[in-house]
Amino acid sequence: MEFFDLSIIWALIIGFGVIMYVLMDGFDLGLGILYPFAPDETSRDVMMNSVAPVWDGNETWLVLGGAGLLGAFPLVYSVFLPALYIGVFLMLAGLIFRGIAFEFRFKARRSRRWWNRAFCWGSAVAAFAQGAVVGAYIQGFAVEDFTYVGGALDWLTPFTVLTGLGLMIGYALLGATWLILKSEGHVQAWAYRIAPPLLVGVLAVFATISVWTPFVDGAVRSRWFDHLAVIWVLPALALGCALWLWRAVRRRQEGQPFVATLGLFIFTYLGLVASKWPVIVPPDHTIWDAASAPGSQLFLLIGVLFVIPIVLAYTAWTYWVFRGKVRPDDGYH
Amino acid sequence: MELDPLLLSRLQFAFVVSFHAIFPVFTIGLASYIALLHGLFYRSANPVWDRLAQFWTRVFAVVFGMGVVSGIVMSFQFGTNWSHFSQAAANFLGPMLSYEVVTAFFLEAAFLGVLLFGRGKVPQGVHLFAALMVALGTFISSFWILAANSWMQTPAGAVLVDGQFRVTDWFEAIFNPSFPWRFAHMVMASFLTGGFVVAGVSAWYLLIGRDVEANRRALSMCLWLLLVLAPAQAVVGDFHGLNTLEHQPTKVAAMEGNWERDSHVPLLLFAIPDQQAQTNRLEVGIPSLASVILAHDPAGEVPGISEVSPQEQPPVWLVFWSFRVMVGLGLLMIAVVVAGLWLRRGGRLYSHRGFLQVLRVMSIAPFVAVLAGWIVTESGRAPWLVYGMMTHAEGVTPSLTGGMALFTLVGYVAVYAVVFWAGVYYLTRVVREGMLPEASEPGSAEHAKRPFSAAHVSFESDASPTWKE
Repeated sequence: MEFFDLSIIWALIIGFGVIMYVLMDGFDLGLGILYPFAPDETSRDVMMNSVAPVWDGNETWLVLGGAGLLGAFPLVYSVFLPALYIGVFLMLAGLIFRGIAFEFRFKARRSRRWWNRAFCWGSAVAAFAQGAVVGAYIQGFAVEDFTYVGGALDWLTPFTVLTGLGLMIGYALLGATWLILKSEGHVQAWAYRIAPPLLVGVLAVFATISVWTPFVDGAVRSRWFDHLAVIWVLPALALGCALWLWRAVRRRQEGQPFVATLGLFIFTYLGLVASKWPVIVPPDHTIWDAASAPGSQLFLLIGVLFVIPIVLAYTAWTYWVFRGKVRPDDGYH
Repeated sequence: MELDPLLLSRLQFAFVVSFHAIFPVFTIGLASYIALLHGLFYRSANPVWDRLAQFWTRVFAVVFGMGVVSGIVMSFQFGTNWSHFSQAAANFLGPMLSYEVVTAFFLEAAFLGVLLFGRGKVPQGVHLFAALMVALGTFISSFWILAANSWMQTPAGAVLVDGQFRVTDWFEAIFNPSFPWRFAHMVMASFLTGGFVVAGVSAWYLLIGRDVEANRRALSMCLWLLLVLAPAQAVVGDFHGLNTLEHQPTKVAAMEGNWERDSHVPLLLFAIPDQQAQTNRLEVGIPSLASVILAHDPAGEVPGISEVSPQEQPPVWLVFWSFRVMVGLGLLMIAVVVAGLWLRRGGRLYSHRGFLQVLRVMSIAPFVAVLAGWIVTESGRAPWLVYGMMTHAEGVTPSLTGGMALFTLVGYVAVYAVVFWAGVYYLTRVVREGMLPEASEPGSAEHAKRPFSAAHVSFESDASPTWKE
């Protein structure tokens, strides 16, 4: 064990799993959030078909996140979930409804508008709950003796409402740029139209959170402002991606807006990680406090290191199989 | 009335896990059946096998999808409601559940796509391989989850230090004393479930005279399989019971409704256990039979419930009656498959309408038996969460209030009611649509790779089946 630190390796794996989930389920949740604003029912068909082949694979990363945290950082699992009890339920209910909406919308005739609603509300609630989790993580949790001791709705504050709404807008932006990539004609024109205002919304929330966070957490303040650290590169790169996105949309490029949005998410995420590292259950507990026994981390690591590359290969292959533009009559029909 | 978060959490876990369990218990058996059909088609090129495989794959897609949706919930239940238990047992349970995700869920997801939509896109051998991998995935999944559950029943290979379990021997912990029998019992239960459902649906098709040739073959195959499995399950169940007698004597005492340790203990056919008075009312039993079954000797001793204090006793009536439901249904299954053999010898297997009706109804029996069996083993462990080491009360989330627990319990019941209704409604339509016409080639190329979308049947009765496009 002297040669490498298992907890750091696991923090990297879990961190990778989280951003994989956020990016991959992000754009399909985003399409659900945009659903009621779509110009017509044909656009909705295109939107749903563009993610139908991949969305459940995307959500498997969430299951891996849950199980992986239990295996590697049980303190996170056993503090976050009780603290976010109501929020977790809402997220799961949202994911269930939008999941079955995928399956039944195309089979329905009379009840189709109900499945449309289930898809939209399920996606919106799940996205909001996930954003609120990020906010709650920044806020920290009341923990005594490795046990959550706070109340049921401690997590619900103006700050977490803001992060919840922020992630909804962010997912919607991911969804819109995904749609630019995958659609054509009037659907794509609509996606081009909504991307810039969504970007403005994301940047506004981004700015507000950046100003607000140092007041929420003194440790974050000192990390960013005590000395001009190299981490300032991360928000700079995020802003660079935002600029790139803006120009790519103006020039009606098809692939670049989505890639730029991915970059925006990744650098924002890294900025958040850099603010907190190595604290994983704020305010006090680090990844080493939260870790499971070294023997357990090692036992699990052996298998995960072997299997994750295979999973990534398969996932890439699926996206390759379903590459190209989606047309209204593709998919379920 | 004060709401008890512990009781509500137990009810919630029982509800979400029972709802979830319905689907995998069916898909484990069905996945192997589909793989077998693919294998038969590969060898003989007889289109009957292919049509059966395609039809049951459509059913599989729906059931598997509902299992996935309800399974996401399960991966968070330990943390939301049982955080102390999670924190204490994470060193063992975390790796078990994570290995289930990386070795089973991803394997299933990967090859399910090929199984459902790879027809015509991949060579037939690769398609067969995909079917085998999906079946393998279901086994691997049950392996890990039953290792975790069995460890909670008969913990081994771990020590409890400062409120945390530390694994000392992974092999001992995974292959803990009750695991082999529980795994065998559960896998056979899954095969029985798949077998009785396929037999029941085939019987229904024979009753209405649809696709007679294919369904006769399906029914015949299933009944041969069940003829072996149903009695074998009774034997495996008996060994599982003896294993429980050795490691969890109080559970066996509750199953038998036996309050005092004694010899010549009767097998009770009926009784109303009275936990307050620590005795039974209205006992009807066969003398000495419980001693014979458990000790293979009329003078053999059977442990008593009251050997442990009332606080450490499981809810006896629930264990006692659930056990009788499970065993009763098991015996009924044996009777049905033996009757099937008898009718087969008389050449009336496919024409005896009464028998076919019985098979139709029996397709529900394994689900009830499986749930009853789980109630026996899970509530029979009470009040222990990890047997002899950690109670339910010690494992529950400390910050959880009764109101929070009630909110989510009602929420899950409401959400699952909608999911279940939609799923059953749709599944019924798939079965009513029946098999594809012989020569039809489904236009698989334009269908999205999704479980439910493999079942190209319109959701409402006014719509025409879209696979005819």
